[in-house]
Amino acid sequence: MTATTPLWEVFIRPRNGLAHKHVGSLHAADEVMALQSARDVYTRRGEGNSIWVVPSAAITASDPDQTAENFEPTADKIYRHPTFYEIPDEVGHM
Amino acid sequence: MYSQGLIGADGRTEETPEFLERFQRRIDAEEKIEPKDEMPEGYRRTLVRQIGQHAHSEIVGMLPEGNWITRAPSLRRKAALLAKVQDEGGHGLYLYSAAETLGVSREEMTEELLSGKAKYSSIFNYPTLSWADMGTVGWLVDGAAIMNQIPLCRCSFGPYARAMIRVCKEESFHQRQGYEIVMTLAQGTPAQKAMAQDSLNRWWWPSLMMFGPHDADSQHSDQSMAWKIKRFTNDELRQKFIDATVPQAEYLGLTIPDPDLKWNEAKGGYDHGPIDWDEFWRVVKGHGPMAKDRIKARKKAWDDGAWVREAALAHAEKRRARKIAAE
Repeated sequence: MTATTPLWEVFIRPRNGLAHKHVGSLHAADEVMALQSARDVYTRRGEGNSIWVVPSAAITASDPDQTAENFEPTADKIYRHPTFYEIPDEVGHM
Repeated sequence: MYSQGLIGADGRTEETPEFLERFQRRIDAEEKIEPKDEMPEGYRRTLVRQIGQHAHSEIVGMLPEGNWITRAPSLRRKAALLAKVQDEGGHGLYLYSAAETLGVSREEMTEELLSGKAKYSSIFNYPTLSWADMGTVGWLVDGAAIMNQIPLCRCSFGPYARAMIRVCKEESFHQRQGYEIVMTLAQGTPAQKAMAQDSLNRWWWPSLMMFGPHDADSQHSDQSMAWKIKRFTNDELRQKFIDATVPQAEYLGLTIPDPDLKWNEAKGGYDHGPIDWDEFWRVVKGHGPMAKDRIKARKKAWDDGAWVREAALAHAEKRRARKIAAE
């Protein structure tokens, strides 16, 4: 078995004004071939006008086991949302 | 799909009843399961097998159609067929990526395909004998695949569902271009119409077999349904396919090669004749007419491409070393 070919994550910007969005992954020996493959695999029907490729190994992800402690505390902080505050109708739209 | 860290990882889980119950609650609440989430080992194994088989089917599926690219009757047909075969390659890649998030490597999956350990759809072990087969494969085989794949867009495993959404968007073109080919032949000379009919005769039953054994004989169905990997049973999907396809054949003036086929008013669908399951199992187990050729072709592609993969890695290494030296 030969050495494994590295994995890359592919991000595509559908059009100017939008953010690059993760669309999938692929294997390629280097960044040049990763970009070429990303173009062939993920943009055959005008899906975008810009591609980012990132080595998968360079991504640090949050731990799903810590999902609760990471993200649940925001659920009870309803005072962070505008609808928490009562503004009389006479004041108009705010 | 951040799979690199997972490759080769031990996917075993402590499957206490509480664990399985907690998992099932998430499934029942229609929550998507993502690669790093806890999941029963059986769920992971089922998905690796299913997504792997699906990916292999896309890749092997390029062969019967690739067979006709150089002999397409017009530039329009050739461009469409090339685009379709390229799509199949792309679909295989999306699916391999989805499977890799479950901790299996591309190399392992490729080796399983080449060694015959991994299965792929039985349909691709039939030969494509005439140009009409390019039409029939698109119309029936891609049509059957779409029936299977649309519910998979709602599969409980996130990466598989996302891959299937991309695949389904592209698959509709495949079926329509196939139907157009058959239609052109069916409305052509008597010889062309006969070619279309002959093709339908050969592909009809293998297409019905694509949905797998009857529900009563399907080993993996119940658990897959409970885990929402599958949303409809084999027989339900087969029935949908028949009901959708019969009127399409009637429009073309072609005859479905099943003397028992008739409309059943009470169930609001067609009844069909018995399926030759002996043939199905023979083909699944690698005795289909083209099974040896298909694997031989994949093996040749893999072996002949070895120097390219090695050279690409060596080149990448050289560039990296040069860059470091220049810093």
